[in-house]
Order: sequence, then C-alpha cells, then structure tokens
Amino acid sequence: MAIRFTLNGAARSFDGDATMPVLWYLRDHAQLTGTKYGCGAGLCGACTVLVDGQATRACVLPVGSLEGRSVMTIEGLGSQGLHPVQKAWIEEDVAQCGYCQAGQILAAVDLLARVPDPKREDIESITNLCRCGTYVRVRRAIERAARELRAGKA
Amino acid sequence: MNARTADLSIGRREFLKVSLTAGGALLLVPALTRRAFAADAPPGAPANPLGIYVRIQPDNRVVIGARCPEIGQGVKTSLPMILAEELDVSWSQVDVEQLPLGVDFKPGSPPAWRWGPQGAGGSTSIPDAWADLRQVGAQGRWLMRAAAAKRWNCDIAEVSTDAGVALHREGRRANYGELIADAATLQLPAEPLALKTPAEYRIVGRPQRVVDATDIVTGRARYGLDVREPGALVAVIARCPYFDGDIESFDDSAAKRVPGVRAVVVVPGPKPGEPIVANLATGIAVVADDTWSAMKGRDALQVKWRQGPHAAESSASLDAQCAKLLAGKGRVVRNDGDFDAARASARRVIEARYRVPFVSHCPLEPQNAFVHVQKDRARVVAPVQMPGGAARAVAAVTGISREFIQVEMTRVGGGFGRRLTSDYVAEAALVSKLTGHPIRLVWTREDDLQHDFYRPFGHHHLTAALDEGGRVTGWTQRLASTSKHYRRADAKPDEMWMPELYPDDFPARLVPNLRVEWLEVQAGIPRGSWRAPAHTANAFVIQSFLDEVAHATKRDPLALRLAMLGEDREFDYGQHGGPKFNTGRLRAVLQKVAQEIGWGRKLPRGRGLGLAAHFTFGGYAAHAMEVEVTRDGELRFHRVVCAVDVGQPVNPLGIEAQMQGGTIDGLSTAFSLETTIEGGRVLQRNFGDYPLLRMAQAPDRIEVHIIPSNVSPSGCGEMGIPTAAPALTNAIFAACGVRLRNLPIREQLREAVRKA
Repeated sequence: MAIRFTLNGAARSFDGDATMPVLWYLRDHAQLTGTKYGCGAGLCGACTVLVDGQATRACVLPVGSLEGRSVMTIEGLGSQGLHPVQKAWIEEDVAQCGYCQAGQILAAVDLLARVPDPKREDIESITNLCRCGTYVRVRRAIERAARELRAGKA
Repeated sequence: MNARTADLSIGRREFLKVSLTAGGALLLVPALTRRAFAADAPPGAPANPLGIYVRIQPDNRVVIGARCPEIGQGVKTSLPMILAEELDVSWSQVDVEQLPLGVDFKPGSPPAWRWGPQGAGGSTSIPDAWADLRQVGAQGRWLMRAAAAKRWNCDIAEVSTDAGVALHREGRRANYGELIADAATLQLPAEPLALKTPAEYRIVGRPQRVVDATDIVTGRARYGLDVREPGALVAVIARCPYFDGDIESFDDSAAKRVPGVRAVVVVPGPKPGEPIVANLATGIAVVADDTWSAMKGRDALQVKWRQGPHAAESSASLDAQCAKLLAGKGRVVRNDGDFDAARASARRVIEARYRVPFVSHCPLEPQNAFVHVQKDRARVVAPVQMPGGAARAVAAVTGISREFIQVEMTRVGGGFGRRLTSDYVAEAALVSKLTGHPIRLVWTREDDLQHDFYRPFGHHHLTAALDEGGRVTGWTQRLASTSKHYRRADAKPDEMWMPELYPDDFPARLVPNLRVEWLEVQAGIPRGSWRAPAHTANAFVIQSFLDEVAHATKRDPLALRLAMLGEDREFDYGQHGGPKFNTGRLRAVLQKVAQEIGWGRKLPRGRGLGLAAHFTFGGYAAHAMEVEVTRDGELRFHRVVCAVDVGQPVNPLGIEAQMQGGTIDGLSTAFSLETTIEGGRVLQRNFGDYPLLRMAQAPDRIEVHIIPSNVSPSGCGEMGIPTAAPALTNAIFAACGVRLRNLPIREQLREAVRKA
C-alpha cells in the first residue's frame, strides 16, 4: 500500500520500502538534497526536517511513519521568499562549510514557533552538531530571528 | 600540508592574456608567478603561463573564478575580494564561480596549472594569491582606463575608476561593461602596475559575507553527496576494519537478494607496508539503485576478516612503546648550546610528560565521490582538498592518463585535512571500473571514523633548567610519536620527524641551551594531516609547560612569557609559515588577550584565567580564557578571548569566523575526543563515542581581536586551534590546581576534582 503524505505543501505518495529512512527517500527519490546525511543514527541533526511542524531527525524516521503527516524540508522553507530565520542566518554570516546549516535552521524554526522569546537554555536545547564550530553565530542568528519574528507579529 | 616547492616564475610580459568570448565578454587569463604544493604540483613544476579566470560582461557584471576548494575556510569569498579590490569594482557587481581542476598538458612540456595552484591546505591560499591577484586586478583596471582614454581621445592619466566605472576628470563616465570591446584590442604594459595603498581599499579589510550564503540557507548549495548524474548507481563498501587486514572469506548471496542491489565487487586495497597512493583498505562494494538499498545490501554481507600484521596493536601498547622509547636516546633535530651542561649547573630542573592522542578529522559530510570511468577517460565530481591528487588517484587505479581525467569540485562539507588524500575518489573509480557504471560512492559515519588518516599520537617529555634568578637556561622537548608521513610514496626514513616537530618554534633562540629530539613510534594505524598538524600538539605541550615552569617558580605566566620573548626581534623560521618569525608580533597578540581579559584580576573561588600564544603557518594567535570548574568537575566558560595577527586582514568577518570555529575545534578536541585502538582496529563508530562539542557545552561568546596590519597576509584557517587547548588547561589549573597533561581532559578533570 502506498504511503500518502504532504511534502513541502504538495501531496505525495510512496510505494517503495516503508522502512527506508525519510532522509534517503528525500535525497534519492524526491531529489531534495538540501536535507543532509551526517550520522544515520539521529545524533548530529544534519538531516533535521519539520514533521507536522516539529524538528525531526529524518535519518532514523522510516518513511512508512509519514502516513497522513506533513513534511517540510529546507527547500520548502524558502520557497516563498526567505524565512526570517534564513535571513538572520545570512545577516549573521553563520555558515562556514555550510553542511549542517539546513538542519540548524529548521531546528531554530521549530524552537521559535514554540518559544518566541528564547532564553539561553532554550537555544541550548538545540543539539545539532556543527563541525566547523559556528555555534556563536548560530546563537546570534536565532536571537536576531526571534526579534524579527516578534516585531513582525506586533 | 607544509611541503611547498620552488617558485614557478614566468616573464612579466606574459602576466595577463586578454580576449573576447563569443558572447562578448572580456576574458582576462593572467599568467602568474606561483608556488605549488609539492605533492600536488604537476611534475617538474614548469615555468609555464598560469592563470586565473576573470570575465567582465557587457552588463557590467564581473565573474571571478574561484580556483581553490571551498571547505568552509572562506576562500571562495576572500580570494575574489583581493582581485575585485584592485580591479576597482563594487563587490555587489561580482559573481563567483567555482573552477574545475585546470591542468594543461601540452606535448613536449610538463603539465602546468591553468589557473594557478588548486588546493586547500597549510593556510596557503591567501598568501599564495595575494601578490598575484592584486596585480591581475590592477591590470584589468589599467585596461579599462586605457580603453576609456582611447574612446575619449585623452591621456590615460586623466581617467580614474570607481566601483566598476571609468571616469574622466571632466565628468565623462563609462561602465566597464561598455569598454570591453576596446579593452580587448589593447596591449598591457610590460612593467608591473602600481597597486592601491591600504588607505584606498574599499573591499579588502572590510567585512564581506560568504558568497554562497543564500544557496546554503535554502539548501541549494551543492556538496559532493548532492551530485546527481544520469545512470549513476550508489556504492557502499564494507572495508576491513583491521589495519592492513584482508578478506578471509565472504558470502554475498543474501546481499544480492536485497531489492535494488545490482552488483557486489571486491575492492582490493594496498599491500601491507607498501605506499598508499589510492584507496586505504580492502573492501567489498555493494552497488545498488539507491543509497538505502546499498546500505541494506552491505548489512546482509557475511564477511570474515583476516586481522593482518597489527592485530596486537592497541592504545595501551602504543603508550608502552612511547615510555620505552623515551627511556632511550632519540634523533636530535635541534641542538643549541649545551643542554646537559645547563642542566648540571641548574639551580632547579622541572620536568613533565604530556600525551596527545590520535583524533579523527570527522568532517560532517562523510567521504563520497561521483566517478565515471570509461575506456579512455574518467570524470570526477567530488568534495576534495586536492583536485590534482584526485586525478592522480584515479590515474593510479585505472591507468588512464591524467590528461583525460576531468575533476569538478563541489562545495566541501568540511575538510580539516581529511580530504587532502583522495582515497575515496580512488575507491569510486575502482568500483566504476569494475562494474562499468557511473558510481556515487557513499561512506557512512562509521566508515569515516574507522577509516581515516588520523592526527598523529605522541608522548612529549619536557625539561627546563633554571638558574638562581629563575631564568630558563636550558630546555628540551623529547617526542615519541607516530609520524604523519604514513606510507607516503615520497617519504624518506630520515625525514619522518619533520612533520612532527618544527625546530624553529618558540622557544628556539630564546633559550641558550636547547635540544629537540624525536623518537619514532611504529604503528599500523594510518596517519595524516589534521588542521594545523603538529602545531596542535606542540603548542599544547610548550604552552602548558611554560605555565608549569611559571607556577613552580612562583612567577606570573604572562610575565614569564614576555621575559622569554624579550626585545622585539625577527628570527629565521625554516619550516612552513616562514621565512621569518617575529617575537614582537607574538608578544602583541599575547598582550592583547591579557589586556582584554583583565589578566591578574582577582576571581571568585573555582575560577581561573589561562593564556597561550603560538605562531602557526605565518600567523600569530593567542587565547585567554576565564573558566570555572564546579565541585563535580564540570567546566564552564565565562570568557574566551583571542587575538590574531595574520597581516593585512582580507575579510575580517571571515577571520572572526575562522578564529571562533578554530577555538571551538580546539576546545572540542581537547575536551573529549580521542580515537582509540584495540586489537589492531579503531573502536569509535559514531558521534556517540566520538562526542563533538555541542552548543550547550561551547562558549556562548568568543571575542576575536584582529591586530591591524598592512604586512602581506597569511592564511587564517588553522591559527585558531593550537592555543585553545593550552589556554584551557592553564585556566583549569588556575581555577582548581589540577594540571591536565593528557588529552582529552573530560574524564581526568572529573576524576581529579572528585579525588580532591
């Protein structure tokens, strides 16, 4: 039976191996390579996507579990103009190699949706790894995006 | 990383070649003076024209080719900035394109770089390109002025430029894009042109953001793993986990039954003891329609491995080997004055032994490559630090001439030295050759942690002899280590020490009686270049030991360092990063961090200040930290300050990023990273047992102070690491009195505090 779900706003179905991690479905079958492979064990967060709005590690999530759910990848986030988090990331010049950044950005989008005015420990609840060590600017970008988002809603 | 050959010189007349493209753009293909990496330069290092690619388009956009691999060090932004400055265009009109490997093969002459040397290692991209890129830009600007002068029938002296526009002093203006047809007909002067003075800089020295930022934050940036080529199959390889081990037997019947699996092939590795010029280990490749099927196929393989000649090797056995070696005499690689006499007449002798472990590079994008091998040619698209080396690796396993091997570079998801070797490109080429398919090779994280060219491990024994006044009169550093030159084709037995100890490093020439010795540890674990190679080990031990000497003699650690540095002087520095080492520049970064952190101030109980300074590959860096050690042995950063002098800053925003990232890399590695060995294989498998620092553990701020300078710039990719670890351990000692001499420190710190 085909698995039906929404991907970046569009209806999709998949009738292949339901145990395949969402990561490899996205990269090899949906041709969305913005979601990155880093560890395959849910440890690094390079593969972070939003499933029903919640930051989720796609490398340990079977595609079969997506039935009826909605997935947003980095490609979907920027599809209608840059999201304030993406803008803040550019503004703060966060990226070095850039490989982990899509996952970091989606983790931040999830955080700011739940916690509009994040404290230090809220920001530190993001456990995505950055091998280049961009954490100082990641924090600054999240704080900047939080200010922009709050101002936008005011 | 530090091997560089003689200059490739060419006549000035050949400096820039000018032509029009079919589309009407002006193409500047300059011929340049170049230095090249020995390992990667075309054979013979010829005196042929070399160049970089600049295109001025009719719409006044300027496209600058990025020749070096972008691994996160920011050269795709900073190198074009240098050229754009002298061309006198506005940064906003510049587009940057990644160039492929450019090596020209002309009959009768040795191969030559087409666009200049292409590599990412040794923090050399900026110093190599600085003089040349400025001259190229200046020549492009001269062409624009001359073309405008011709059009306006005036003297070139009456034409100036501003942000991509030629201006006549009486008010006429023309965009560069309007002038290209005229410019293409002009002959450049033979003499080098005058360059801007630093006061005239509008791009260099001003913060510029990463040129690919929008692509990165939208997921469009293409890394090696994102390469999608028609007909490509995915390969995953089960490699022998034992150093120099082999396949005893295997059964691939279950693997072949996995849906999507197309082929299973044996990938032969190097013979034990022979140089490694291609892939690193013997393995069995599973080739499939997609990544998941290939991984499942690999899981279904039944393989019995043969352990090979290093089955008894373990971290403990290598520690024992070091202890035994250090009891004997080593090879003396520097010997000033008479250390033994200084020791015999010393008022006091201080000794300490340190240990620096193997570590993995662990770039977040695991190794991968797309390779399509055909009968007489091959194409590579891959994340590499040495595209020329990738071509060599493919040539080695296919027999195809390098002339017919095309190498394209993607953005690279971290390098750290791992991708200076192209073993994974060789593997993909072998699998493509064996199966006849274009191949996307994918390494898993486990593959990456288990099959690396690890940072060398060693035990350092340091001794200082002091006179009545507490002055350091004698100094020895005796190192037993595994050389980084592991099974290199060009490694000479009597030069194995050279990548482990840099004999001109501090405190050479500052202590009258100084001896440096090396002892070779035999090991089967592969080693290679890890960001800032031996500087990470040597800065840690030397800067730690200085602190030990200071505390043992009740002197202030800053004052001791300043006293040893003495008057500002310049010494010869023969290793990579020379030719000179300036004590005043090292003093300045040290004093800057001391001043910024408030050195000497009183701190609450449990807190301490530490500092360290070091000269790395032409750059001067220092760290000062204020840390707190809790009663449970947990560590908190209150302040982290660094200062760096890399000469003329090219992109301050990039320098800040490199220093912050280097600091975190240094702290992360010192805190909890070690590659351990048992039974002739590496034990670590994933981030669970190789725990990189996460945001919550890292300092929330890292203050970076860039020393203003107009001296020719050095690179900045590696200067942030070496001083981070000793500044940390020195601060820990100041906070709680625990001296940590073995890296990584996390467990030792907890244990020491628990005992105290």
